[in-house]
Amino acid sequence: MRPVAVVGIGKTPFGAFPDRDLRLLAVEAGQKCLEDAGAQPEQVEAFYLGNFAGPEFVGQNHLAPYIASAMDIRGVPATRFEAACASSGSAFFHAVSAVGAGLYDVVLVTGVEKMSSQATPKVAEILAGAGDCCGEVKAGATFPALFAMIARRHMAQYGTTREQLAAVAVKNHANGAKNPYAHMRKVITIEQALNGKPVSEPLTVYDCSLVSDGAASVLIAPLERAGEFAKKPARVLGIAQTSDYVALDLKPDITTFSAVREAAQKAYKMAGVTANDIEFAEVHDCFTIAEIIATEDLGFVEKGQGGPYAAGGCTALNGSRPVNTSGGLKSKGHPVGATGVAQICDVVLQLRGEAGERQIKRHSLGLAQNLGGSGATAVVTVLTAA
Amino acid sequence: MTTTTTKVIPEPKLEPMKPGPGDGEVYTETVVWAAPQAYVNDAPYQIAIITLDAGGRLTARIDGERVAIGDRVVFADFRNGVPFFRKA
Repeated sequence: MRPVAVVGIGKTPFGAFPDRDLRLLAVEAGQKCLEDAGAQPEQVEAFYLGNFAGPEFVGQNHLAPYIASAMDIRGVPATRFEAACASSGSAFFHAVSAVGAGLYDVVLVTGVEKMSSQATPKVAEILAGAGDCCGEVKAGATFPALFAMIARRHMAQYGTTREQLAAVAVKNHANGAKNPYAHMRKVITIEQALNGKPVSEPLTVYDCSLVSDGAASVLIAPLERAGEFAKKPARVLGIAQTSDYVALDLKPDITTFSAVREAAQKAYKMAGVTANDIEFAEVHDCFTIAEIIATEDLGFVEKGQGGPYAAGGCTALNGSRPVNTSGGLKSKGHPVGATGVAQICDVVLQLRGEAGERQIKRHSLGLAQNLGGSGATAVVTVLTAA
Repeated sequence: MTTTTTKVIPEPKLEPMKPGPGDGEVYTETVVWAAPQAYVNDAPYQIAIITLDAGGRLTARIDGERVAIGDRVVFADFRNGVPFFRKA
């Protein structure tokens, strides 16, 4: 595969925006991205869209050409990718594969979700569509319930505590408070996190990511052409997408996501690095327990040690390996289909040294980990300042 | 003319379980407070993944007394196709 680089990034703020529809959000992110790269819509040779449930949330299908044409991108392949919360991570993986293979040079990847127009029980129902509707969902499981069951098991097997889960929320809110694009820019305390309203025991509202609207875009091109664009490129050093069972009750051990472990190993091998080399990461903290497990599955710590690792400060902005400097899904927000590409944007911001108040010191090798459902899709990307 | 055999890896158990899945042990559980639209009137309710004595696991609703990881549970009945278990 020829080397591929991210040559432009663009995001909308994440939040609840009653006056902005799905297309408007996607177009804003795409245009900001082209502007960042100093590129024009006519240069784009293919459009890859990540979106989980536009048809269910807003009633619109055929979304990729709908959005591409509104960006003045015409006539090129425009395709939507759906992989639950890893929808845009998957779109990005396939776009990088196509550019790497030489099929196209300049490709725009956008992720978008418009969620806030639906009431919470309806949102829970739509999100549950990413689970097994014949089994767990029929029995009454929501996504918070699936991750609550994962948390309970992790606590029983490894002694992980409520306080360690809360530490993830407190840290991510502290980071998100520094991010002008974050949905909930609010510092919280351990006490608040521990005493939140129950969602699915043992998880409270402070353990759960937010229901957000938002979009994110990246422009990719072969590394050899990166000099044609305005900003310093970020090279995709390694990338992998993997899959596993959709139903949680079919996994032999629910305290680990084998798809993430496999994707990480493949991405590290492709990049020629090890877990120890990764300086910072954006991980998929759809729930606090998911960040704890991600740090284990990515090999940052031994299995079962994610709890103490989170509570010990290693993953904080000034820690040895900062995790979710953007505020993560917890504070930055989680417009499901936008998340994968938004993570790439946030890693690239750090690589460029453009992360402002939350800029970290060691920022030459970063990772993004995007998870779909309760682990049925995983995308891991290793990026470096080219 | 040749016939081909298609093998489908089940996800999840596509076969109807009769007379029932039998008894088992709680592998993990949660009490759901924020319910999906279809079950708002049931909340809070408990669901669990049960490791069946007969092998395999399934996700079920818990009827009556709350259960914890490691508890023995017995199959109660199917309600609208959903398996319900009770603490043994």
